[in-house]
Amino acid sequence: MNATNLHLFVLVVPLLSALAINLLGRRSRQWIAPMVLGSLAFSVFGSIIIMARVIEHGTLSYTVGNWQPPYGIELVVDPLSALMMVLISVVALLASFSSLKSVEQELPGREHLFFTLYMILIAGLFGLVLTGDAFNLYVLLEITSITTYGLIAMGRGRAALSSFNYIIMGSIGACFYLLGIGYIYILTGTLNMADIARILPTLNAPVATATAIAFALVGLWVKMAFFPLHSWLPNAYSQAPTGAGTMVAPLMTKVTVYLMVRVILSMYTPALVFTHEWIAQGVVWASALAIICGSVLALGQKDLRRMLTYIIVAEVGYMVGGIFLANANGLTGSILHIVNDALMTLCLFLVVAAIIYRQGSVSLVSLQGVFRRMPITMAAFTLGAFAMIGVPPTCGFFSKWYLILGGIDGGHWEFVIALVASSLINAVLFFRIIELAYFGSLQDGDHHEHLSTQRHEAPWWMLSPLVLTAVLLIVVGLSTGPLINNVIRLMIPVGF
Amino acid sequence: MTPIVSIWPLAAILVSLLGALPILLSDRQPNLRESWTIVIALIKLTIVASLLPWILEGGSYVFTIAQVIPGVPIELRVDALGMIFALVASCLWLFTSIYSIGYMRALNEHAQTRYFASFAVAISATLGIAFAGNLLTLYLFYEVLSLSTYPLVTHKQNAEARTSGRKYLTYILGTSIGLALPAMLITYSVAGTLDFTAGGILAGKASPELLALLVVLFLFGFAKAGLMPFHGWLPAAMVAPTPVSSFLHGVAVVKAGVFAIFRVIFHILGPETLQTANLGSLITYIAAVTVLVASLVALTQDSMKRRLAYSTIGQLAYMVLGAGMLSALGMLGGIMHLAMHAFGKITLFFCAGAIYVASKKKNISQMDGLGRRMPITYLAFFIGSLSIIGMPPLGGFISKWNLLLGAVEGDQLVLIVVLLVSSLLNAAYFFPIVYRGFFVPAKDGEEEGIKEAPLFCLVPLSVTAFVSLALFFFPDTLLQLARMALGIW
Repeated sequence: MNATNLHLFVLVVPLLSALAINLLGRRSRQWIAPMVLGSLAFSVFGSIIIMARVIEHGTLSYTVGNWQPPYGIELVVDPLSALMMVLISVVALLASFSSLKSVEQELPGREHLFFTLYMILIAGLFGLVLTGDAFNLYVLLEITSITTYGLIAMGRGRAALSSFNYIIMGSIGACFYLLGIGYIYILTGTLNMADIARILPTLNAPVATATAIAFALVGLWVKMAFFPLHSWLPNAYSQAPTGAGTMVAPLMTKVTVYLMVRVILSMYTPALVFTHEWIAQGVVWASALAIICGSVLALGQKDLRRMLTYIIVAEVGYMVGGIFLANANGLTGSILHIVNDALMTLCLFLVVAAIIYRQGSVSLVSLQGVFRRMPITMAAFTLGAFAMIGVPPTCGFFSKWYLILGGIDGGHWEFVIALVASSLINAVLFFRIIELAYFGSLQDGDHHEHLSTQRHEAPWWMLSPLVLTAVLLIVVGLSTGPLINNVIRLMIPVGF
Repeated sequence: MTPIVSIWPLAAILVSLLGALPILLSDRQPNLRESWTIVIALIKLTIVASLLPWILEGGSYVFTIAQVIPGVPIELRVDALGMIFALVASCLWLFTSIYSIGYMRALNEHAQTRYFASFAVAISATLGIAFAGNLLTLYLFYEVLSLSTYPLVTHKQNAEARTSGRKYLTYILGTSIGLALPAMLITYSVAGTLDFTAGGILAGKASPELLALLVVLFLFGFAKAGLMPFHGWLPAAMVAPTPVSSFLHGVAVVKAGVFAIFRVIFHILGPETLQTANLGSLITYIAAVTVLVASLVALTQDSMKRRLAYSTIGQLAYMVLGAGMLSALGMLGGIMHLAMHAFGKITLFFCAGAIYVASKKKNISQMDGLGRRMPITYLAFFIGSLSIIGMPPLGGFISKWNLLLGAVEGDQLVLIVVLLVSSLLNAAYFFPIVYRGFFVPAKDGEEEGIKEAPLFCLVPLSVTAFVSLALFFFPDTLLQLARMALGIW
């Protein structure tokens, strides 16, 4: 292990531990927790070192098996992928504490299977943010998708059906992306991203290029549930085992948004993607629509977890719109929101996991008076809610700030209005729940027997990552300046 | 003078924020818990007061908490205007804490720990607003204040509290996110900064139409100032325990709204820029309508606290009106009224609470003859109402006199009439309460056993009444601070 290949280890360690968990965990489940936590802790540690190194020395690259690019597979760590590595490892580690508890309760005897998939998924996510190869990206995208299908299908009730639904949509998305890459390969004869970025602008084949870009982007939009291609997400995420939701919900859509940023910035080049102004305009309008529709659909939900899944759909609109504003503030806001939204979603899904662990349900009815039963959990929920609404100094405020500013800069008032409206709708959504949790049932005689008022807080395994995440929301919010100056600003292309 | 970098402004904010912890931890020992509250209030007042001398010399303190957005850090900056608000708030918090003990214990209220802890967070946010060095920082603490007062407004946790809580959040969060936040972002994208700067940051950068839009967005966006039609939350919030109504809805929260509007007019938009664009009258007319309508509505309210609430709405509009005159005297009057009204109105609310504690009466029509049973309370009430009406020899006279002079100086006949008529209306809705208390005999046998409220209630309200009186004779420090805030000393 040395300076040039530490990032490979960050990827490989979870992958190897997935194998080990399957072999050893089958014998005795006491192996599982140390291996999951140990390998993820290693990844966190490694990612942070890489991040520091990248900030200091600039982009690192590594050629797998010493096959030189453009033919071999290249792993590239620039500031953005280093940031994503830290994000993925931290979120995965925090989520795994809670997942270990809830999987123990929900899937007794199948824990080793669950965590095998779980660790492969995390390794896949690391691969996605590291790879510098367009086809390799497709392979890893399928690895993460297939493990996610598996994880979701382990849920109860209609989970298998939802997973199947997701498989169909996910495969269509993958096909689209693959077609996009195919066209690119025909055009340029290479699959290395940097190489494509170098060759593509010299080709002067506008129609073919545009088609290739369109296919790949639509493919990614299906994968990230960009409205109206979102229909698979709410069912899949709300019927997955709780332990899968806590990790998949914060990471999958966000990493896919990262892929879109990556593809636009490092492969297709912004100049080519944003040539046709009306297309960029149209995507921003679609994002505004996504934000409004996601938020309004969330209003109709009677279950906290389903509500959160629709908020994810709205948040995807934030990020896609920010990128297609095609200005510095919008792009900054989008990248910042990848980080912030991952943390906010993690916080809220950890709350969901904690409440489900204690009372089995997060339907709005069952949340009555939960403040009294689980005060610390609900305090963290309140912070997460404030971040979603965009109350300073939580991190959600600052990404929203840049996104709105980008909207003003680009003259996209529909996007500005959508963002403000979504903040307001989020306020309604979350205060409705806080109110229920705080006031309980006000009608006398309407006592739900199973809803006691006794204090019954979640176990420490679930509570401590939750509290830490809630604190992170404020810490990350207050370190917005350094985050932008040291990482995000380096990614803004010249001319923005 | 170059500002001094100092951590003390932050300490003044943090002391009550961190103080919420020992309050929460001493849940089981009420005496210890309340001691914490008093100790924290004293420390806070001491820190704020220790910052005063340097401010009076014309200096200022700065402290940067975090770099978040280029050109807009989260930054504290103590200047004369912020000092006035901080002094008033931290001084009155001490009295409110003492009063709270008497009130909450006499009524045996539930969840007192949560109450005192939320209160501590709210006062932190209030000082944060006072010491904010730019609009973003002010907005940050403004939102924290909105959210930390929610558990206080809904303290009773019954259906009425829930409805009021909804109304409160809808108005306050709805306007701050929906109006003030976009206005702030537009300002930032035009000016590239949000620092509070004497003379504003938009001079020569914004068209009159844009300025007019910003004025409207900011005036209504900071709905804590209660300008109509965004005033409905304030009467609804009266469902809270009386100390909350007194301090938060008589002083801290509502004045945070007015203070934010002051900051925007003085240090963001700039009086001269507004003058050039001829937007002063826009502000004064919006405010004048609220002054008159609120006073008229107050006349019709039978519930004591609701009457006081509408009175507050009217008086807050006075302050905005003064700022909107954009003349030295008018703005001076507006700033002074912020301080003077605080002492007067908190006295009135304290009295309303004392009457409730002693007699469980909320409606004015039931309060016949109570003045003879509770002479100290009623005397304090009388003093407080005189101050709000603007009679000499009380503090309220100084501010209203300056407002009137400002209107005369600006030849604004309409405003002169509004100010005079409104003062008459103020008298018309306050004097009957005092008259009923002293001169209308109680219904037979009804008032037996009613005596003055506990000392914990009685002392604070006497002191604030006395301060209202004293401020007429010794307004110099406040006047000097106000003049310094306007740069006319």
